[in-house]
Amino acid sequence: MSSQPPLLEVENLVTHYRLGRGFLGTLTGKPERSVHALDGVSFTVSSGELLALVGESGCGKTTTAQTIVRMIEPNGGRILFKGKDITRLSAGEMRPLRREIQLVYQDPYESLDPRFRVRDTIEEPLAIHGVDVAGDGLQPILSALERAGLSPPELYIDRYPHELSGGQRQRVAIAASLVLNPALLVADEPVSMLDVSVRAGILDLLAGLRRSGLGILMITHDLSTAAHYADRIAVMYLGRIVELGPAAEVVRNPQHPYTRALISVVPSRDPLARARPQLLEGETPNPTDIPPGCRFAPRCPMVEERCKSIDPELRPVGEAHEAACILVGTRSVSP
Amino acid sequence: MPESTLQIEDLHVWFELDGGELHAVQGVSFALERGERMGLVGESGCGKTTTILAMMGLLPANASVAGSVFLNGEDILKDGERSVAPHRWKDIAMVFQGAMNAFNPVKRVGDQIAEPMELHGTARGRAAKDRVGDLLELVGIPGSRADRFPHEFSGGMRQRAAIAMSLACGPKVLLADEPTTALDVMVQAQILELLTGLTDELGLALVFVTHDLPVVAQTCGRAAVMYAGRIAEEGATADLYHDARHPYTRLLFSATPDLHGKEKIISIPGAPPRLDRAITGCPFQPRCDRAFAPCPTIAPRTVSVAERHVAACHLNEVPAERLGGAGATGAR
Repeated sequence: MSSQPPLLEVENLVTHYRLGRGFLGTLTGKPERSVHALDGVSFTVSSGELLALVGESGCGKTTTAQTIVRMIEPNGGRILFKGKDITRLSAGEMRPLRREIQLVYQDPYESLDPRFRVRDTIEEPLAIHGVDVAGDGLQPILSALERAGLSPPELYIDRYPHELSGGQRQRVAIAASLVLNPALLVADEPVSMLDVSVRAGILDLLAGLRRSGLGILMITHDLSTAAHYADRIAVMYLGRIVELGPAAEVVRNPQHPYTRALISVVPSRDPLARARPQLLEGETPNPTDIPPGCRFAPRCPMVEERCKSIDPELRPVGEAHEAACILVGTRSVSP
Repeated sequence: MPESTLQIEDLHVWFELDGGELHAVQGVSFALERGERMGLVGESGCGKTTTILAMMGLLPANASVAGSVFLNGEDILKDGERSVAPHRWKDIAMVFQGAMNAFNPVKRVGDQIAEPMELHGTARGRAAKDRVGDLLELVGIPGSRADRFPHEFSGGMRQRAAIAMSLACGPKVLLADEPTTALDVMVQAQILELLTGLTDELGLALVFVTHDLPVVAQTCGRAAVMYAGRIAEEGATADLYHDARHPYTRLLFSATPDLHGKEKIISIPGAPPRLDRAITGCPFQPRCDRAFAPCPTIAPRTVSVAERHVAACHLNEVPAERLGGAGATGAR
């Protein structure tokens, strides 16, 4: 273990969205309400590591990604990049860091400008960041395409997005983030818009970049994808991480009742492998209305009376494995 | 005369486009019995949604259709709209993708569920209201919510209401177009349980269109894998997974991650062919890992490889010993 700080440290991140009260509400002094999108989220991503943030819609996983790249201002907590606190940096101070932290979007059909050739799409970030590549000619663009698996790159450089398949478009988008040589990629559902037959190629590409030293934070709703490609999985529920651990451990030995339920309802591709799905009643509650005590208590099949008053924190339940539930874990922790 | 509850024979759909003609469905045939659930699976553009829209007579004006859809022996496509309209919603009904868009936002959910009943005169007034209440209860929504508006329902409840609407006139055949795609995995599980329960209880024949193989594997006894407007393979889901007779079926499963699986996930190189020009030979041949001599030039026939198991691949027509003992499409 090195003594260097992790690439990315997120500490107790809190992000609220204020809801409008409306004109009448303001006049009558109706109390302000806000959506607690993130309510104390902490994790790290190291260089050469792929962390998957999984959960259902509204759990806060996309808000986490957007807060880290500072598209959204957090209300509390800290974001450290290479040990440096970037939480309150001004836009100007963030600028050099934006080269190092790159976002890969979900929809390669929308993230690419249809009027831009591939070369323009990949050149743009260089121009924005004033990277002088005059002497290098096309070399940085070609090598970014090559790293993104578009080979030979000369074949793609003059194409327009409509001449590319969905998988190729996502590779172009990834090449455009790689051209700046980032240290951290934040990928928000990078394959959910793609056909099954090409997803593995994009995920293998991310896995390869991770092996070459990049840190990757992947947002996904798909536990199976996380299980196959991530080093660690963080499961989110209503603005909190409720379980965090090595991917295989979280999938094979889930500790939090929410994770267990979630895993039980993921369908297997083998028709003969029938599991008993543990259906939870209802849907995730609205994050304007977070219940007191454990936020999962109202839907939890294991709920006890004290769960309604104790708000559990993440605590160790195994080797590098944590869960936020007062009912589990203690027995499996070695002293 | 066909005896099955639902029988599709040699269905074709062409779309007239500015630049020419797109042959979206190229001779699809399958049959389904009461209480059976069949997944219609494949990648985007393979023709799966077009197939079921054609079965309902709901294609846009620039589409032309050939072939037959037999409902209990009667070809409902025989005279176009004239022959399909009396059956639409009454005998064959559809649950649309993304229940958000299936409802008119300014009309009460209950009134919308009652619409098909009034159209077919199966129930009116008080009787229709009672039936709406019963239908909502059937899909797990309190009947008292009938006078709510769609935006007052959560995504999962809207999908339940869409299912209730499809059942309004007591159809025997239900077509579902990606009914769980927009939903979270927990809500998806609830809706799948509901659909399975309903088809069992009401003895419906269900055609379930989705790109999601694991969903089909866990809910449907049978599946048809579509590629480039044709059925590549059709059979019991367990046979498709454990004894695939078309390389595309095998490769599609290999490209699908399984939560507990340890095998490497492998993508399929290349992309499906364009359907606005004629295809020579097997449409999957350019992406196939088992292509051989006849594949680029001769279109494979659909042949029976076992009981109620068909595949359109030349490998099934070559004696096993000439393939070096690897079996029809090779071991998984």
